[in-house]
Amino acid sequence: MNEVPLTHILFLSTALFFIGAYGLFTRRNMITMLMAIELMLNSVNINFVAFNKYLYADKLDGIFFSIFIITIAAAEAAVAIAIIINLYRSHHSIDVEDATELKY
Amino acid sequence: MLNEYLILLKSEWIIIAIIFLLLFIKVGPKDWKNETLLYGINILLLFNLLAGFYNNVEGNLFNGMYHSTQLILLEKNILNLGVYLVSLIAYPWLKEHKHLLEFYILLLSTLLGMFFMISSGNLLIFYLGLELSTIPLAALANFDLHKRQSSEAAMKLIISSAFSSAILLFGVSILYGTTGSLSFYEISQHIYGNQLQVIAFILILAGFCFKISVVPFHLWTADVYEGAPAPVTAYLSVISKTAVLFIFMSVMYTVFKTIATQWYLMIFVLSIVTILIGNLFALRQNNLKRFLAFSSIAQVGFILLGLSGTSIMGIASVIYFLLIYLFSNLAAFGVITLVSAVANKETISDYKGFYKTNPFLSWVLAIALFSLAGVPPTAGFFGKFFLIMAGAERGNYIWVVFAAINMIISFYYYLKVVKAIFMDPNDQPIETISIPALPKLAMIICLAGMILTGFFSWIYEYIYSLSIL
Repeated sequence: MNEVPLTHILFLSTALFFIGAYGLFTRRNMITMLMAIELMLNSVNINFVAFNKYLYADKLDGIFFSIFIITIAAAEAAVAIAIIINLYRSHHSIDVEDATELKY
Repeated sequence: MLNEYLILLKSEWIIIAIIFLLLFIKVGPKDWKNETLLYGINILLLFNLLAGFYNNVEGNLFNGMYHSTQLILLEKNILNLGVYLVSLIAYPWLKEHKHLLEFYILLLSTLLGMFFMISSGNLLIFYLGLELSTIPLAALANFDLHKRQSSEAAMKLIISSAFSSAILLFGVSILYGTTGSLSFYEISQHIYGNQLQVIAFILILAGFCFKISVVPFHLWTADVYEGAPAPVTAYLSVISKTAVLFIFMSVMYTVFKTIATQWYLMIFVLSIVTILIGNLFALRQNNLKRFLAFSSIAQVGFILLGLSGTSIMGIASVIYFLLIYLFSNLAAFGVITLVSAVANKETISDYKGFYKTNPFLSWVLAIALFSLAGVPPTAGFFGKFFLIMAGAERGNYIWVVFAAINMIISFYYYLKVVKAIFMDPNDQPIETISIPALPKLAMIICLAGMILTGFFSWIYEYIYSLSIL
């Protein structure tokens, strides 16, 4: 069976990371920005799992790390969405362009 | 064996116990009065601070994931002191607040995260501690639930901190790929400075720079500081920054020790830019919280200057300066919290003629600003002196002189506030404010700290004796 080489997986994860970063900078909807951050975190997960499987298969450090990242990303999203809901109550919008009271 | 867990994790256990106690009070049937609760919690925090000085042991736990040295214990004591002072100065704001217990639960959770982060010996524990210390902070920044600015600040904080941890994690994953380990010690054995490792280093540095607001990544700082409630701003600008700086320092000095000749120049350039930009933006601010945000950016620049020395003196001077910075910034925020809670005024022009009505508060604010600026009798001067000395060890004298010149620029804006307080006439100055006992205690502790820390040379020598490269 032909195995996928490590470089392909790393290419995928790096591309995903920068797509996430691009999404964060261009999108104006807060929920979409959160999704972009999740994309970046998931690219890190791919990295960890790939490195663990291809290079250091005798220990499980990388896989454990990715499990922790998933858990913490969930906690982060929960707090962020709570904040966004509270912001929606006062601003009646979840567009970042509408939350511009603090400047310069 | 069990004893070891109890003693080494002593400071963490105490914080966890306090968190659970507050949780039980929260869900319990009895409605406590805010005043009683505040006094009780402050006594608990004082006990926590004192317990930090007792029965301190060094050691490792969980296969080196958690370690504790005398220096780390000292750093924890500094953080405990800071949290106690923040809790004291938050009194006027929390007195009427409905969600007092949640405030303390979130505050202590972040403190717990910082403790784990500081004593981590492994990237996993470090990451968990970092997240535990930033996610509740975003909730804290939103604590004035009905203010538009507060929720905007919290949104900015959570998005930028999530983004920065994603960058940091990407760096960590590459570092794991190149070294095959997560433990600080083993990674430092496998760092050779090849290209992939340098990229990992830069990503990790960028993540850290977000958290301590070094210049290219400082844009969230001023907005969050202005929008968040004043005590939370104090906490953000002093405690959370101090904790991240402690672990930043130990990551730089242990994990990336072998490529120190490569990174010290990066840190040096970042520090010069940070000092300059922080100063230039602070010149034009009118909101005091925003002003202090930019001044704290400039202070972080000086701290990085000390760090770039890569010597024992670097460690000692950074910790010494952070102790002084804690006293001076918390004194300033103590006054600002009190005034914004009582009179709801936060701009510099509101403070004109402040001396006529509130001489004590004016003196506290003035001495705090002098200490931040680094005027000799106060401790801030000695802190900056040691930082610049440490930065000069690598021999970049021209740029060190440039940093010293920037101290003079900073005098302009610090003294502008002092001038507004003492000299500018005002028809309607802020009315006389009666100072409650707890904030007064905090201000007196801060005043004593700002003046005496500079004169007692054994404090610096003690920190120096604990520092190990």
